[in-house]
Amino acid sequence: MTNLLTLTRMRVQLALRNKMFFFFSIVMPIGFFFLYSGVFAKGDPIVVAYLLGPVLALNVMGSFWGLSATLVMFREQGILRRFHVTPATATDMLVSSVLANYFLTIPTVVVELLLAKFLFHVTSLGDLTSIFLLVSIGTVSFGSLGLVIASVTNTMQETQVLNQLLWLPLIFLSGATIPFTSLSKSVQHIALFLPATYLVHGLKNAVVNNFGPSKILLALGSLGIWFLLTLFLSSQLFRWEPEAKIGRKAKFYVATTAIPFLLLGIWEAKNGRVIAEEKFTMQRVDHSQKAEKPEGSKDGQPSSDPTKQEDTKPLD
Amino acid sequence: MANPVLKVENLLKNYGELQAVRGISFEVAEGEVFGLLGPNGAGKTSTVEILEGLRNADGGTVSVCGYDPQKNPDELKHEIGAALQSTALPEKMRVIEALKLFASFYKRKRKPEDLLKRFGLEEKRNAFYSQLSGGQKQRLALAIALVNDPKVVFLDEPTAGLDPQVRREIYDVIEELRRDNKTIVLTTHYIEEAERLCDRVAIVDHGKVIVQGTPRELKQSSADKTRIEVRLAREESQEKLKSLEGVSDCRTLNGLYVLHCLRPPQAIVSLVKYLESQDNELVGLEIATPSLEDVFIELTGRRLRD
Repeated sequence: MTNLLTLTRMRVQLALRNKMFFFFSIVMPIGFFFLYSGVFAKGDPIVVAYLLGPVLALNVMGSFWGLSATLVMFREQGILRRFHVTPATATDMLVSSVLANYFLTIPTVVVELLLAKFLFHVTSLGDLTSIFLLVSIGTVSFGSLGLVIASVTNTMQETQVLNQLLWLPLIFLSGATIPFTSLSKSVQHIALFLPATYLVHGLKNAVVNNFGPSKILLALGSLGIWFLLTLFLSSQLFRWEPEAKIGRKAKFYVATTAIPFLLLGIWEAKNGRVIAEEKFTMQRVDHSQKAEKPEGSKDGQPSSDPTKQEDTKPLD
Repeated sequence: MANPVLKVENLLKNYGELQAVRGISFEVAEGEVFGLLGPNGAGKTSTVEILEGLRNADGGTVSVCGYDPQKNPDELKHEIGAALQSTALPEKMRVIEALKLFASFYKRKRKPEDLLKRFGLEEKRNAFYSQLSGGQKQRLALAIALVNDPKVVFLDEPTAGLDPQVRREIYDVIEELRRDNKTIVLTTHYIEEAERLCDRVAIVDHGKVIVQGTPRELKQSSADKTRIEVRLAREESQEKLKSLEGVSDCRTLNGLYVLHCLRPPQAIVSLVKYLESQDNELVGLEIATPSLEDVFIELTGRRLRD
């Protein structure tokens, strides 16, 4: 436990001294927040609230990028092997990376929430417990994805290529950048197999629909299982030595991390809950915007239960 | 050897087709400075890394402080300290932070402030790792290796790539450790390092120990290679000089007569007597005692740095 705490503190200290960390983990997420809230939402508090979920999700998902790059850099430079000769274990190294990333991500998330509330006057930030749980579990699970990436790549170049390959579908198909309802039906069905979709969707529900933890259990559970699976796998594939290369077989083990979202995707494609809720959330935002206008009528606001909407598919 | 603190028997290590370590055996007593001397690629680092628990052996038995590095790596790591061949730390880590961090991993630990003082790093206390010179980085590596007050210290090529002045500083540190009765296993390809620092040396080549003993014993085993280099006023017959008492061979080199001697004192006496009888004069004389390099050349036919 002491090893874990001292390593976590070390990782936090090192990150705070790193200019790249400041740019990618603080400047860029806050920049995204202002881009979404100021430019895309034009400062409209209702739209800002709708876009807050995607903004927070982008911040959380970015975790895998930094963690994979740092771990590979430590391995390539021979830093990890110096720790190998001490009683510190692979689990200490991995869990401390995830924890440090968590402690470094949370303040930015809090700043984004405060800016939404006080700068853009969002009246309700939704269910804060749900937001906290989703951000927490999302940060550690996407952080663990970074550890798996570091485990299966041999060089920094390979790591960056794989990061790019994963990052693009995660941000473009999950609803984090392009609204989920704007995606074609076939793309929406593909998106149901991505962990990012459940994070973005869960956060939107927590902020806009005020869903409590009991209503986002599926997102929390699937991300939680995914976290445990990726952490376990990365500990099994962990390499201390720069020259230790990963075998081809081991790369196939990584496919097992896709199992939770493969099953969830099949189930969601069948019952259509996520697609229905996304549609409902968008309608709710549209109605709220219309209600805000002087000529609008508040009677048109939909019920908070998406299953009661006429044009949405009911839950099984 | 009674109760060796470190015991290696018939150690094997392969990297694919390459047999890096091919049956190395040696023992190290408590408080001894033991050197593994050999050229690059001889199998020294692989051997030491197996002893440190960094690599798994493919055969043989190893015991360090009573632990098998493969079976009890966690217990072992509390008892050993290591300065690896290439130690690297994060660039933005401060010297004092590194010492505190590594100390935190161990049950038994030394005060980081004491180590800073001992290794002359007090002024660099708050410097980032990236701001240290090569010598300072190596001193920090040694300080980290001692942070848990280890029973056995492994120093893998501790002075490789350092300039002579820094190298001497590191020698002083190692000699201090010897005075503290630390058991040290040192790998090196520098002859002077092994001769100066080690109580015993194993010469390693192609993954095997080809000879081991104290530097003195090893050199004595090669005593017939003691050379007396003489410059004479007039030329002499090589055959005559070769037949002198105590001389086993005679060669000429750029006007010098190089006498290979079995018994150097007798050789000098008989040489002087012979020159007097020939009315010749000794213009210059130098005695070159055999070095470990000579021992290595004699055993392998190659130089250490070939």
